[in-house]
Amino acid sequence: MAQSACAAVDIRGLDFAYPDGQVALRQVNLCVAPGERIGIVGPNGAGKSTLLLHLNGILQGQGLIAVDGLQVTRAKVGVVRAKVGMVFQNPDDQLFSPTVFDDVAYGPIYMGLAGVEVRQRVAQALRQIAMEKYANRVSHHLSLGEKKRVAIATVLAMTPTVLSLDEPSAGLDPRGRRLLIHLLEALPQTMLISTHDLQLVKELCPRTLLLDEGRVVADGPTVKLLADEALLLAHGLA
Amino acid sequence: MSHYTELLDGPYAHAARAIGDPECSLLPGGTPMHVPDGFLSTWVALLMWVVAIVAVAYALRRVSRELDERRVPLFGVLAAAIFAGQMLNFSVTGGTSGHLLGAAIACILVGPWAAVLAITCVVGTQALLFQDGGLLALGANIVNMALIGVSVSHAVYTSLRRLAGDKRWGTLVASFAAGWASIVVASLACALELAVSGTSPANVAVPAMGGIHMLIGIGEGLITVGAVALLYAARPDLMGADKSKAVENKGILVGGLVLAIVLAVLSPLASSHPDGLEWVAEQRGFLDFARESPYRLIPDYAFPGVSNEAIATIAAGIVGLLIVFGIAMAVAASRRRRGSAQSL
Amino acid sequence: MHSNSLDLYCAGASFWHRLDSRVKLIITLAYVLSVSLMPVGAWPAYVLLAGFVFSVAVASELGLWMLVRRALLALPFALAALPLLVTTPGPVILNISVGKWLLPLTYAGLERFLSVAFKSWLSVQMAVLLTATTCLPDLLVALRALHLPGLLVTSVGLMWRYLFVLVDEAMRMLRARESRSAAGKGRSGGSVVWRARVTGNMAGSVFLRGYERSERIYSAMLARGYDGTIRSLPVEPVPAAQRWVAALAIGVLLVLLVLGQWM
Repeated sequence: MAQSACAAVDIRGLDFAYPDGQVALRQVNLCVAPGERIGIVGPNGAGKSTLLLHLNGILQGQGLIAVDGLQVTRAKVGVVRAKVGMVFQNPDDQLFSPTVFDDVAYGPIYMGLAGVEVRQRVAQALRQIAMEKYANRVSHHLSLGEKKRVAIATVLAMTPTVLSLDEPSAGLDPRGRRLLIHLLEALPQTMLISTHDLQLVKELCPRTLLLDEGRVVADGPTVKLLADEALLLAHGLA
Repeated sequence: MSHYTELLDGPYAHAARAIGDPECSLLPGGTPMHVPDGFLSTWVALLMWVVAIVAVAYALRRVSRELDERRVPLFGVLAAAIFAGQMLNFSVTGGTSGHLLGAAIACILVGPWAAVLAITCVVGTQALLFQDGGLLALGANIVNMALIGVSVSHAVYTSLRRLAGDKRWGTLVASFAAGWASIVVASLACALELAVSGTSPANVAVPAMGGIHMLIGIGEGLITVGAVALLYAARPDLMGADKSKAVENKGILVGGLVLAIVLAVLSPLASSHPDGLEWVAEQRGFLDFARESPYRLIPDYAFPGVSNEAIATIAAGIVGLLIVFGIAMAVAASRRRRGSAQSL
Repeated sequence: MHSNSLDLYCAGASFWHRLDSRVKLIITLAYVLSVSLMPVGAWPAYVLLAGFVFSVAVASELGLWMLVRRALLALPFALAALPLLVTTPGPVILNISVGKWLLPLTYAGLERFLSVAFKSWLSVQMAVLLTATTCLPDLLVALRALHLPGLLVTSVGLMWRYLFVLVDEAMRMLRARESRSAAGKGRSGGSVVWRARVTGNMAGSVFLRGYERSERIYSAMLARGYDGTIRSLPVEPVPAAQRWVAALAIGVLLVLLVLGQWM
């Protein structure tokens, strides 16, 4: 694969085992071009979330990971986190401030930006999720769908180049799901979406990665992969 | 099969691993106030056990009566939340980080007596399962953190809040003060226990423990403010001034204030012996000092750094403290009996 | 396998593991009390006490090294006793000068300090032997037998049940915060006060979620017929043979105590 083809995310030979010896990832290779959207599917325990946690350096395994041309090492972790925005499965874990504004502002404030720029970034992020009027609302009182979108905004405020989302549509009602899909479609960032929602993958992601037991089982066009009944059955997806 | 090994495979694997690893830096424990075994003399430890048992038994009865008795075990869940909360840290400078004890937040959220129960569960579990604090010393740790920590924070929070007229800023200031005071006064009590046990001379222990915890207390105060800010925004109904509760908890309010004042006064007294170390060097002939008899209630030789008079004062202070607390509780009990017809 | 994991060894088959939890608890408490009552400097007695705890360690098949290491982790508190070295009167070993002061390091001071440290270390090891070999539910049974109020025991049980859940929540929150803590072009991190406040917000969130969860748990308990009485299966009395083990252990400790006074 040419260098430029993997400019967004370049993972080579990633191995990871937990401290107690349990192996979570085996020789994972992934090459992502800028602007690509990839659905990551697989049964529970396949290592989908674990893989995402490596992208922004929360977990460190063996092998090479580069994001936007930058190697993800312990030393560079601070810079990497500005490039990779991770949206976690449970928005309650991500919304820990009293108001929406405070939550979205956390990232920019931590990065040391001036007050004016922080406010600009927050306004911009809220615009992107179509929730401009929510700045002073209390995060705790929002519905699940609203919380999920605010969680995305908290990450957008840091202007990342790559977005990784863990089960974004879990628990949403059909309308919430629709709003989420519209939102994600409109975003320009490279996206890696780990999900059980195969319909979402079909609608949003031209390419799919199938993980099982820490290994990459299949990596190719969504249409082809998700039409292969035998493959899906063999790996707990049907 | 052990509950824990099941957890290693389940969705809570990360938490299970963190809790199980004593070398994991996320291990809770809050401040350096958990006294291990071997540092308190036997009679101090046993006396503290008596106080702890009486206080916790009373707290159980109070909470059972104030709420539906069925709800009482649910404070175990709050205890789990406190435990989890103690894992949250923030970096101060370099490698140091600030942690939380949580007595103040617990007290503000669910009231003093329930907080006593919750913190007792936490401290007890830390001692029993993580050896964070000794078994014989557990009574003292419960007294310091659950009893003194909670009552002082309740006293400070309620008084300051009433002074400020229940406005939001007043609540936040009161929260900070409550968090700070709970840590500092508890640490003074801890230092005095160590001094009376002869493990640490008072004129070193008190300034050292007190000083360190005055700094740590700032972290606790700030975290408490942050927590109250969130609670205020998310559940203002839980933060509202509850007039009826205030009357019923007058006992612990008075007790808490008294404790704070007494400890704050006693400690400098205990450590005020001038030039303690040089005095020791004068060698007043304590050659038979070596053996420590467990059967004498208060040893009649002087502890290093503290004179006989100061020991007497401290001992008297502690006894007086207990008497006052007992009176406060009795007053509260009689008030409640009188007021029970109108309350709730 | 992670060797220091909590509760990992509690389902073992050694002699010590299989003892009734009430027996183990009583022996542990008796041991800790005996250590506490032992006078300063009774070194022969200390050695015998160490022998006691090491024999129990052998009986538990836990591994001496793991035990010793785990106990050492609990000892930084010994710093509190450090002043004893130079404030205990008696014959002086040497004088340490610190600033304008001359601190006399005395034999008596050294003896006191080492006694405190050693006694503490022994107590912690015994406590580790208890907790590492007794699953929490059994420990709660033992506490119940000691007449700990049922309400408190149930609280601890509920706490244990939800501990991992809530700790996991806290850890996920920390992880989410870490993911948004990036280095900017200038000085990053915000102020210490701001960081403390954010941590406070997180703590408040954890507490609130715990509180609200407890309401849901309460509803679930009511739905299953909970009416406030703590019911549990009757516990069998301690077998006679184990009572002898407990009596023997306590007897040994009493003898050591007497010897300690003597020496």
